[in-house]
Amino acid sequence: MTAHPNFRVDIYQNEFLHEGAHEVNAIVTVSSDGSAVSSTMDASAAAAEVIIVDCSGSMDYPRGKMIAAKQATSVAIDELRDGVAFAVIAGTDQARLVYPQQGGLVRADARTKATAKAAVNNLKAGGGTAIGRWLALANSLFAGHRDAIRHAILLTDGRNEHERPADLAATLAACEGAFVCDCRGVGTDWEVDELRKVATALLGTVDIVADPAGLAEDFRRMTAAAMSKAVADVALRLWTPQGASIKFVKQVAPEVADLTARRVATGGQVGDYPTGSWGTESRDYHVCVEVKPAGVGDVMLAGRVSLVLGDEVLGQGLVKATWTDDMVLSTRINPEVAHYTGQAELADAIQEGLAARKTGDLDTATAKLGRAVALATKSGNTDTAALLAKVVDVDDPVTGTVRLKAKVSDVDAMTLDTRSTKTSRVRKSS
Amino acid sequence: MAENSVIDGAGPACPDCGTEAVAGDRFCEECGADLLLVAAGMPDDSVARPALACVACGATEIDADGYCTRCGFSQPEVRDRVELDLTVAAGVSDRGLRHHRNEDAMALRVATDPAGEPAHIVVVVCDGVSTSDRPDVASKVAADTAADVLLVAARAGDDLTEATRAAVGAAVAAVTDLDGVDGTGNAPACTYVSTVVTGTEVTVGWVGDSRAYWLADADSTCLTVDDSWAERMVASGQLSAADAFADPRSHALVAWIGADAGLVQPHVRTVRPDGPGALLVCSDGMWNYLWEADELATAALPAAMANPFRVATELTALALDRGGHDNITVVVVPFPHQEHSSPSSTRSSDE
Repeated sequence: MTAHPNFRVDIYQNEFLHEGAHEVNAIVTVSSDGSAVSSTMDASAAAAEVIIVDCSGSMDYPRGKMIAAKQATSVAIDELRDGVAFAVIAGTDQARLVYPQQGGLVRADARTKATAKAAVNNLKAGGGTAIGRWLALANSLFAGHRDAIRHAILLTDGRNEHERPADLAATLAACEGAFVCDCRGVGTDWEVDELRKVATALLGTVDIVADPAGLAEDFRRMTAAAMSKAVADVALRLWTPQGASIKFVKQVAPEVADLTARRVATGGQVGDYPTGSWGTESRDYHVCVEVKPAGVGDVMLAGRVSLVLGDEVLGQGLVKATWTDDMVLSTRINPEVAHYTGQAELADAIQEGLAARKTGDLDTATAKLGRAVALATKSGNTDTAALLAKVVDVDDPVTGTVRLKAKVSDVDAMTLDTRSTKTSRVRKSS
Repeated sequence: MAENSVIDGAGPACPDCGTEAVAGDRFCEECGADLLLVAAGMPDDSVARPALACVACGATEIDADGYCTRCGFSQPEVRDRVELDLTVAAGVSDRGLRHHRNEDAMALRVATDPAGEPAHIVVVVCDGVSTSDRPDVASKVAADTAADVLLVAARAGDDLTEATRAAVGAAVAAVTDLDGVDGTGNAPACTYVSTVVTGTEVTVGWVGDSRAYWLADADSTCLTVDDSWAERMVASGQLSAADAFADPRSHALVAWIGADAGLVQPHVRTVRPDGPGALLVCSDGMWNYLWEADELATAALPAAMANPFRVATELTALALDRGGHDNITVVVVPFPHQEHSSPSSTRSSDE
């Protein structure tokens, strides 16, 4: 007997298209009420957690990193609900199960948590970095827990140096859908793009923890969020009319994640996109469908968006297209679609601007980061605007007139890069 | 009860349950409905669509929301084409060829006197403003609300000029109550035209550019003057009629019914025709294609006197043939009232 949270699906769009138009855009807001489930479910059987700690040699430079990583892992263990199946992996150029030593996952209780923390406390730094091997071990540990809400935390401080990129990619492909993984980079010697690939494939978040002192609180928050999830393996199912093509499906809030390539066809006109685990939360998706234009006055269902668990529909909404010769209707700008189109462009502009800056193409860097400043200002994304201001001097935030700062710390550039996908939500007007 | 109600078929059948009534009865013995009243209008949204093959691709699976599960095409709504034939008045409301839904509405009320003769015929036509929120709901609510107010006032013998103003006020209040539902700041809005036809006179009220025409052999005329930019320019002497109606702004409404309309001051006039003819009450989807009263009279008469439904259907077909760019609503009322089907009835003055 399972009870699932209530899912609410709201669609925001301008359904009116001018004659001959074929692109339909809609923002899909999905809100889930996780509270409906916690009282009725056997919570201890429902979650599995694996913590992966980078123990490569560089974790000792500076010395505080390894100490902070051990403390943070202990805090995360303390945060586990009793009954949650868990394990700790030490990652180097190999993957080693720190706890439980006999393999598999162990149910959290006072004794197992204490034993695990003691084992973590004995961790020593030494060796290389092969993130794919760490994830492969985690994947094998989760294998016996397909019914649980499966979550991993991955901490690293360096590049994936002891493994070919193709091997990591193959492992990620094997792990997709097997568990959700939040990734953290500590210090400034790791690759934002590399870790973002891991987090994106595994439907998790990526962030920088520049100061090791911040690790413990960050691990506590991540574990608490994982413990609050009420349902795993929810998919966004999209029906489209025959002959339509899907231009993209993106999560756009709380951060941008392109799901287009993640489609798994479940029928001739139906495909599922993974969304991972849900607690009490709200996310926005941008769906863009190209349909065959119908005549003026015709109405078409351009998409039916459902949130599904297996084949159970948890909520759904309709994306419509109505052709009109009334310009007043067809030229209306939908504020949600416009906002998130801008937020996705903002993320792209930051990443492209920083990449250009790295390769010395300063004109492109200035143009892209200037565009980013203008977009962040216009949309009220003050967090991102503040991060941008550490990388460029802003002459005019509205037009995006900026100059690249002569000296930018690695921390500021990496923080901006990592958090470029963070979006602000639509400002409600009137 | 049942045996008492069968007397030579002299009484009208109950409009609600169909039970034949005793001549002279005011209420149905079976269901209690008012026997002296027939009301008709636009269907509610809850009226189920017939399940058919998709009109676009022929697939037979239509989902619960009314879309084809193969091509996504929205299937016709019941409201896309509404035909009302009350014998003494008839109307057709059609989605047209270029709009995605029918945002016009009509409401008809016929009150008969105890002898079975039609005493008052109330017609209201409203045209939803397509750029407002839920214009289809606004027009239906306005038409139904105003028609009921006019009917009650007419049966009570109230002054019909005052009653028409009250009906517009009630329609404004009802449409204003719809405001804020969608929260996008475009208050639901519609035009308004009503007629109350007695045995001797016709009281017309309007806001916006839906029209009422008097059609007769000799003195056909448009009874209404549009609340439109063009008419305002002509009335104020700033432009000639030809220049004003050629301007792209010519159709822009300067008055309407809705929360954002400000103080709504309806125009009201009463005419006493001195011969037989017919009233035509219509939305701009009709008169955009045929607007001269004489030409409308040529198209409508004399058939409108005997068969108003046929004429409403023919005029709608004409608007569709010429492009059907807007929703089309046409209501036709012969004057004086046509005889009711009751065999014992004779024509009588209404008062």
